[in-house]
Amino acid sequence: MPVRVGVVTFPGSLDDRDAARAVGLAGGEAVPLWHADPSLYDVDAVVLPGGFSYGDYLRCGAIARFAPVMRSVVDRARGGMPVLGICNGFQILCESHLLPGALIRNDVRRFVCQDQRLRVENARTAWTSAYDGGAEPVLPIKSGEGGYVADRRTLDELEAAGQVVLRYLDGNPNGSYRDIAGICDETGAIVGVMPHPEHAVDPLTGPSADGLGFFVSVLRRLVGSAA
Amino acid sequence: MIDTVEYAEKTPDEAQPWAKLGLTEGEYGRIRDILGRRPTASELAIYSVMWSEHCSYKSSKVHLRQFADKAPASDRLLAGIGENAGVVDVGGGWAVTFKIESHNHPSYVEPYQGAATGVGGIVRDILAMGARPVAVLDPLRFGPAGAPDTARVLPGVVAGIGGYGNCLGLPTVGGEVAFDPCYAGNPLVNALCVGVLRRDRIRRAHASGVGNTVILLGAKTGRDGIGGVSVLASATFEDSTKPGGARPLRPSVQVGDPFAEKVLIECCLELYDRDLVVGIQDLGGAGLSCATTEMASAGTGGMRIDLDRVPLREPSMTPEEVLASESQERMCAVVEPSAVDDFLAVCAKWDVLATVLGEVTDTGRLRVHWHGEQVVDVPPHTVAHAGPVYDRPRYRPSDLDALQASGPDVLPRPCTPDELRSTLLQLAGSPNLASKRWVTDQYDRYVQGNTVLAQPEDGGVIRIDEATGRGVAVSTDGNSRYARLDPYAGAQLALAEAYRNVAATGGTPIAVTNCLNFGSPEDPAVMWQFAEAVRGLADGCAALGTPVTGGNVSFYNSTGDTAIHPTPIVGVLGVLDDVARRTSIGFPATGGTIMLLGETRDEFGGSEWAHAIHGHLGGRPPTVDLERERLLGEVLVAGSQQVLLSAAHDLSDGGLAQALVESCLRGGVGARVTLPDGLDPFVALFAESAARAVVVVSGPEAERRLADLCIARSLPYVRIGTVTPGTAVLDVAGLFAVPVAELRKAHESTLPRLFG
Repeated sequence: MPVRVGVVTFPGSLDDRDAARAVGLAGGEAVPLWHADPSLYDVDAVVLPGGFSYGDYLRCGAIARFAPVMRSVVDRARGGMPVLGICNGFQILCESHLLPGALIRNDVRRFVCQDQRLRVENARTAWTSAYDGGAEPVLPIKSGEGGYVADRRTLDELEAAGQVVLRYLDGNPNGSYRDIAGICDETGAIVGVMPHPEHAVDPLTGPSADGLGFFVSVLRRLVGSAA
Repeated sequence: MIDTVEYAEKTPDEAQPWAKLGLTEGEYGRIRDILGRRPTASELAIYSVMWSEHCSYKSSKVHLRQFADKAPASDRLLAGIGENAGVVDVGGGWAVTFKIESHNHPSYVEPYQGAATGVGGIVRDILAMGARPVAVLDPLRFGPAGAPDTARVLPGVVAGIGGYGNCLGLPTVGGEVAFDPCYAGNPLVNALCVGVLRRDRIRRAHASGVGNTVILLGAKTGRDGIGGVSVLASATFEDSTKPGGARPLRPSVQVGDPFAEKVLIECCLELYDRDLVVGIQDLGGAGLSCATTEMASAGTGGMRIDLDRVPLREPSMTPEEVLASESQERMCAVVEPSAVDDFLAVCAKWDVLATVLGEVTDTGRLRVHWHGEQVVDVPPHTVAHAGPVYDRPRYRPSDLDALQASGPDVLPRPCTPDELRSTLLQLAGSPNLASKRWVTDQYDRYVQGNTVLAQPEDGGVIRIDEATGRGVAVSTDGNSRYARLDPYAGAQLALAEAYRNVAATGGTPIAVTNCLNFGSPEDPAVMWQFAEAVRGLADGCAALGTPVTGGNVSFYNSTGDTAIHPTPIVGVLGVLDDVARRTSIGFPATGGTIMLLGETRDEFGGSEWAHAIHGHLGGRPPTVDLERERLLGEVLVAGSQQVLLSAAHDLSDGGLAQALVESCLRGGVGARVTLPDGLDPFVALFAESAARAVVVVSGPEAERRLADLCIARSLPYVRIGTVTPGTAVLDVAGLFAVPVAELRKAHESTLPRLFG
């Protein structure tokens, strides 16, 4: 039986179909979840996709945090279920306090859509184990509020614990502290990234197929744990 | 007090503000004749917005007929002019709808919201046809790049387009940005949207079936945008923008909420999927006035509405304000009574407000009630489809002979290798030819995961069927300097360029949309330009076999008292059986032979060189040869289908030199080029002769097969060089060489320098 990866659609989610496509390309089964769903049914992992959930009113991710489905996501995540938050999903993970820090307006004060070279700093998480440590994937970024910030102590702790998962190379596009493009929790099951791996799964429609590794990683992890 | 029908009958002599609402005395008289009494305030609001130039096409109709009269036969056309947008069959059971519209004056008054709601409006047009919107292209025109007002308008417009389109999840895959002093007080913001649907699922704006329910869904109605079409898109705009003008315009600009539109899209698509809709219309210009009268007129013929049920942001709004409001993110649907509960349940799922307003009748009248009193009783046909039509006087602009006589031959040309090199770099960095990344990197081009090509490619290519790889290519083009020198040829050159761009990506061009941006139709010289451009475009579409499926006219565009250059923007749609065979402009890292297709002549009238280097506009635009364009298109498409081409780039502004620069930069590689014998190097590099392209083929076999394709069509072709991945230098043999890094600096630093 294929691994079932839930993809949450909030009103205003945009990259939900793309995340589902990526799960399928990696060999998993994407299960659509609705923001009002009372449970996660029997999914093995969850992707919170990019977009503008609830119009990003108030603050990016601030309303999505209170969606009914997020109660289940938070519960299951605390129980070790792998969760990947991409872009708006990363913002939601921070707002939900599943990950530390916050995403603020880009320092260039413009929306930035570009192909970005990155470095995988931690290849042991549930979502990055298919990469070699130090791998340099090229993924699209497309966000207006992608600047990762946290206080110095949190940043030092993240660095020390190896919780910085991705870093920007060839220039920092949004003012993120320490060029941080993605982080994880202490267990490596919960990962938030600003770049879009789901938009780099086929060179026909993306800058590369470098993003597929995120989805392959979690499928391998889950198949391994089931065996 | 409320001006009811009953009261209007009793008070025939009450003075009415018809002139302030943009109606002429004759038009007002005609409304009285139709109704047999004076109109109520609500009726006057409806007629004034619906008979505005923007909604009624009263000055353009007599000319636009040519698009239908001269249309080439096409079995692909499923819905054409007159619908919210044209729909074409692209094969495999799929259909594509696409249309372009302008939002020029709102974007000048309030750049961010004007541009944002321009995107929102065209997206709803596409949605109303039953399609999922899948891509946007934005042709933009601004005043001089260095002008202070351009620094106000451009960043706002770009942020507005991005802010709205990005939040809707629509990839922006193309468009243009160009600068010219003629747009200093009147930028052009055109937006084209493409939508995809199954060919048997087209929706139409018909209110049919007596007893069917009329439902308003989407955002609440507020005072924003009142008079949008009659004030901003009409003659009164000019007066109002002058110091001490008639009234502040900002309240006439609508305010957008892209999140509301995003959920409205998903809600409508679910309603379509579940077949809960008989007819549907978006609310754009002229709001409810337009939707109710157009739907009734196109359907069973009558409608009864309780206007006080409309959910309001401002409870104090009058019925005429409710009818004229252009609040965004609203649609009007006609639903069978048995489906209303399901309809409302879907709306509730998406948290979309939906309100039953009334029902379809067979009375032949639109009757609107306000708290029990009748405020409107009109035959909808007279509002929506039988408005005034003017064949306005026109004459050839008096300065045109002198302009055409003052050709570019007198301009000093670069001769030495150093001069040629410096001209190439100057042009590559000139605002019109410089990289537009500063703009386009603010647009999401990846969302939806089907973008195969996007700017700076020749055209946007979108996959519409993942299983088969079927897709469409779209390009928009327009060169107003050409159109100023010769509007007939200028419109055809815009068409030819868009057609060539689509073919260069590998798409077979099949249909056309257009946005005609002109000055005041009351100026006979402008009207002549307009008539010529329409005639040129209609003739051109006939010659190329690509029918016009819809479009938009924007009049009253001027800077001060001077009309903008005539600016027909043409969008061409093409189809690819398999998007994996698309052709990019980028020279390949694997190398290859560069071929130049077509014929280069000493043509510099209206050229970018004359404009950017000499500030000159005069002479004649390049020769139009549409049969040659068609044959070139065939070669480019066959080359893509047979997988012969590893790159293709059309030649247009800036000529061969600019094409080489762009292809080297896109591929990140160098090239070594030998200019063809018998041509002056300056002409070979910078002439803007149409019907040309550069292509790259790999290996003698591909070169021979390409040659065969050209020979069979008597299309001139010549080998001009090779892609040199190792060098990172653009080397024009015997003349000069420029490192790719230097090209990049010249090409990419201009816009960031200007706009931060």
